Amino acid sequence: MTEMALPDDAPKVISYDKRKLNNDMSIRRVGKVGLAITPWIGYLFLWLPIAILILFSFNVSRTNAQWQGFTLKWYEGIFAGQFGSEARFNTLNLLASLQRSILVGVLSTILSTVLGTSVSIGLERYKVRFNRVIELLLYLPVVIPEITMGLSLLLFFSFSFSIIRQISGGAILPGLSLVTVIIGHVVFSMPFVAIVVRARLAGMPRSYEEAARDLGANEWQTFYRVTLPLLMPGIVAGALLAFTLSLDDYVVTSFTAGPGSTTLPLFVYGLIKFQVTPDINAISTLIVIASMGLVLFSVLLQRRRA
Amino acid sequence: MATITTVAAVPRVSASERRKRATGRLLVWPAAIWLLFFFVFPLIIVLIYSFLTPDSIFQVRGPLTINNYVRLTQPTYTGVIWRSLQTALVTTIISVLVGYPLAWFISTRPKETRNLFLLMVVIPFWTNFLVRTYAWLFILNDNGLINSIVKDYLHLVDTPIQLVNTSFAVTIGLVYGYLPFMVLPIYTSLEKLNFRLIEAVYDLGGNDWQAFWRVVLPLTLPGVLAGCVLVFIPALGAFVTPDLLGGAKALMMATQVNDAVSSPTGKPFGSALSIVLMALVSIALLIYFRFADRSETAL
Repeated sequence: MTEMALPDDAPKVISYDKRKLNNDMSIRRVGKVGLAITPWIGYLFLWLPIAILILFSFNVSRTNAQWQGFTLKWYEGIFAGQFGSEARFNTLNLLASLQRSILVGVLSTILSTVLGTSVSIGLERYKVRFNRVIELLLYLPVVIPEITMGLSLLLFFSFSFSIIRQISGGAILPGLSLVTVIIGHVVFSMPFVAIVVRARLAGMPRSYEEAARDLGANEWQTFYRVTLPLLMPGIVAGALLAFTLSLDDYVVTSFTAGPGSTTLPLFVYGLIKFQVTPDINAISTLIVIASMGLVLFSVLLQRRRA
Repeated sequence: MATITTVAAVPRVSASERRKRATGRLLVWPAAIWLLFFFVFPLIIVLIYSFLTPDSIFQVRGPLTINNYVRLTQPTYTGVIWRSLQTALVTTIISVLVGYPLAWFISTRPKETRNLFLLMVVIPFWTNFLVRTYAWLFILNDNGLINSIVKDYLHLVDTPIQLVNTSFAVTIGLVYGYLPFMVLPIYTSLEKLNFRLIEAVYDLGGNDWQAFWRVVLPLTLPGVLAGCVLVFIPALGAFVTPDLLGGAKALMMATQVNDAVSSPTGKPFGSALSIVLMALVSIALLIYFRFADRSETAL
């Protein structure tokens, strides 16, 4: 009757299976060693290539990766104005492409942040028709292969340009330029802004906004004084993401850029495809230092705000 | 009589409700129109192009044809498609094998250092993608670091080992590029894991392997699956890595598309190939959603 009683055949002394224990301990040893080594291999894998890249930007040898002594001549070459063997690889071109990249980055970030934020507020806080379709539209660009997006934009632009040419009777001759590059960048970065901002909005209770309305604020005041400040970390994170994506993009840009709209990734790509030399290590090092500086700056900024 | 009832049944929309709807439209439409024009229309054009006949003057002409798709069944192109799938799959598997222990390591650090270790994964990922790929080109090419060590210092070989322009180099580059996509979701699901469940396994006589295989892995499976899809999809459609590290010898679908559309008459064929690429990505996503649903109901 009593449920607590042990069955008759239960052992009086707690015993253990020695073979099983040995087996379990050897599994633990393997696991311990594995877990102690693998993460560091992972970190080494992530950091070593960058470290090697930077180290060999100070190498004397031009032709191969044998260490032949320390030099700063590759950096001096960059600052003096010329690197590599071709005339197009000069510092003025590099700086011009950097300038274009920043221009494209800033403008496409502003556009995609405004569009992405407003569409997420609309979808999350208002009743809109076709909201499922718009959601699908928003998330598709994230998963579409870049090459497909680039090709589709190229075909679309050349198609619409030919229509414009015909309608205007040849008076307007549009072509690929920084404008088409910016349009393309907004297409792939706006969804990321929308995803980040919507995540923030979804985790934000409506009660704050309702309280503002109860206290007599109108719709605009509620938005400007309550929703927007609460949403700001999400908007800033989304904008940073959009800027990074724009600054990093090669594929879509290569399809949408015209003559004279070479951005930094296009310029660097041309260099890398052409040669592997310490000059490029030096330029890469400068890019790495600049982007790590930006990352650390934004991390510190967010920590201070928090 | 009937007319009157119908009129009465129409809900009266108040002025404020109407204004609210107008605001909603105003917020949503600009983005929707942007995407309609610069995303949906362009995709439709690609789809149409893929069914057109190439023309040396106008790039394309009628009539509609499926020849571009038929051409994809030639061994050269099925080879490229197969290689893309294989490379993306191997990349995903290696990323899980490296990424899971890494995520485990980070999630078992004390709270103060955890963010630092997480940042150590993310920072390389924030530096320019081209520069990171170039770093591997520098290490793997014929005069690169590995060859100069093996050939010039150790004298193990006389001629440089062919490392660059192989699927091997592409796979390394892809794992390097997308590893954080695997680590972050696994880390997120490990952070939610109740570590006392592992003690429960020990109490019930299980060992470390059983704790991992029967408890930890099933509970973090959603994170692993999310990581797999986040690595597999961009790896399948990757362009920069196979172009720089694989060259003409290890063509993948994206590099093949680029080769095709660079020639004036290649646009329809390139379009067909990129439609197939898109279809493969969609299939991968559908499989993911099936698995993700099941693993969530299993919990």
